[in-house]
Amino acid sequence: MFDLTGKTALVTGATGGIGGAVARALHAQGATVAVSGTRKEVLDAFAAELGSRVHVIPANLADKDSVEALVPAAEAAMGSLDILVNNAGVTRDGLFMRMKDEDWDLVLRVNLEAAFRLARAAVKGMMKRRSGRIISITSVVGTTGNPGQGNYAASKAGLVGMSKSLAAEVASRGITVNCIAPGFIATAMTDVLNDKQREGILGNVPAGRLGTPEEIAAAAVYLASEEASYVTGQTLHVNGGMAMI
Amino acid sequence: MSDIAARVKKIVIEHLGVEADKVIESANFIDDLGADSLDTVELVMAFEEEFSVEIPDDAAETIRTVGDAISFLEKKAA
Repeated sequence: MFDLTGKTALVTGATGGIGGAVARALHAQGATVAVSGTRKEVLDAFAAELGSRVHVIPANLADKDSVEALVPAAEAAMGSLDILVNNAGVTRDGLFMRMKDEDWDLVLRVNLEAAFRLARAAVKGMMKRRSGRIISITSVVGTTGNPGQGNYAASKAGLVGMSKSLAAEVASRGITVNCIAPGFIATAMTDVLNDKQREGILGNVPAGRLGTPEEIAAAAVYLASEEASYVTGQTLHVNGGMAMI
Repeated sequence: MSDIAARVKKIVIEHLGVEADKVIESANFIDDLGADSLDTVELVMAFEEEFSVEIPDDAAETIRTVGDAISFLEKKAA
């Protein structure tokens, strides 16, 4: 099950903990992967580790032209694009009353607008092939809200609404569009939490621990697979039970 | 038949999987050829690609039949 041999995938934010794990897992299931991110040397090292069936395509998702070039570059490198994983995300946390315009703008541009542009570009080829997978990594806070993350939560909730709309449009063409909403996962993004914050979070997680990037990647493999053909417009929450939605 | 008409009909036949003799100029994509709204968008995108033109949304809305597409593209080419 969940064999991805012969499939091609683009993973944004592959230099991060979750993105790297997703790219690794898709690759392990047989897919050819294009890994994108801003840090080329990190991507190169990652690609060297994976060996074959991997392409490095650096991109800055805060830059519109760079975003627009990404899907065509992935299609040129791999011949097609079967699986798009919108994983790249940034945070610029701050209390709402004090939130700066530029912090709102950047988070929405990278997390939501880039995903829109990439999905719009990717879906054209998928329509022609009558098959495709678009998976966006959102967050539990897109559903629950979180103090200090008005911009981030808005971007993640936005991805959910966008994905449901696109899912409805293209379901008849064999294309599924879904989200994965991680809870608190052990990555660089959660490393910044202090012990007290960590303790507070874990008090709300029935599983009693942070999740791992591999546990998110497993969800991505499932949604990318043929076996998940009838699952579309959904958000798969992977959060150790911290929010049961 | 003009070259443009032949290329338009070929795209329609291939895309909608319909018999060539049904693809006459008066054939409406949705009513006569069984297209859904997504098919019509895909046809417009296929025309754009084949003829290297841009078809804005307001123009696309006026292309309802095979003949509409042919005359629009012939005008563009002229």
